[in-house]
Amino acid sequence: MTEATPAVLETAINGALILVSGLCVLCGYRVIRGPTNPDRVVALDAIATNVVAIAVLFALLTDRGLFITVSLVLAIIGFIATVAVAKFVTDGEVIE
Amino acid sequence: MIHTAVVVALIVVGVFFLTVGTIGLLRLPNVYNRMHATSKPTTLGTAAIFLAGFVHFGPGGEGLTALIGIGFLFLTVPTGSHMIARAAERIGIPFLGSVTWPDPNAVERPERSEESERVDRPDRTERSDETEPTDD
Repeated sequence: MTEATPAVLETAINGALILVSGLCVLCGYRVIRGPTNPDRVVALDAIATNVVAIAVLFALLTDRGLFITVSLVLAIIGFIATVAVAKFVTDGEVIE
Repeated sequence: MIHTAVVVALIVVGVFFLTVGTIGLLRLPNVYNRMHATSKPTTLGTAAIFLAGFVHFGPGGEGLTALIGIGFLFLTVPTGSHMIARAAERIGIPFLGSVTWPDPNAVERPERSEESERVDRPDRTERSDETEPTDD
């Protein structure tokens, strides 16, 4: 659309990227300290969704639409990982 | 001008919801409460950021991919959270306080596991004992 990203938009995207990256680090606290295994799975799921948001923000920052597709692929991988780990926690195996 | 303002507003809304989800993940007391805190606000926040991408890239090409991403997120995040919640209940993580299932007869554990277990596996109980977390 616009060739040169406006300064306001660039500042907002940079701030959002820094903030969401910090949120990923805070979710890492729950991954490490979480008292049970499902806590860790929930925190990893939240990190995966945050990384999807980071990919979209990066697409906005660099004005390359390819990274929207990257975020879609990351969302698919996060969903499959969540389902597989939930099945592993319950059954002790993923593929029988 | 309006274009940039809409994109910035959607990004701010998305980052706000992501922050709320992470605060809930850190502060709430139980795995079920944490799941409740992460799944819904994180979905809304990422959907808002996807919507910002749709507004920025226009309705053709990559903007449509962003819309597909919103639909995919709204389908998969509740499904994943439901799977984790079921797994957590099945390995015996207790509910908080006076929280119970609506029908107490529905949580009769051997009956439920037999009914939902398609393959009859005799070593299932000792396996799930192995994976049960012990560090509280």
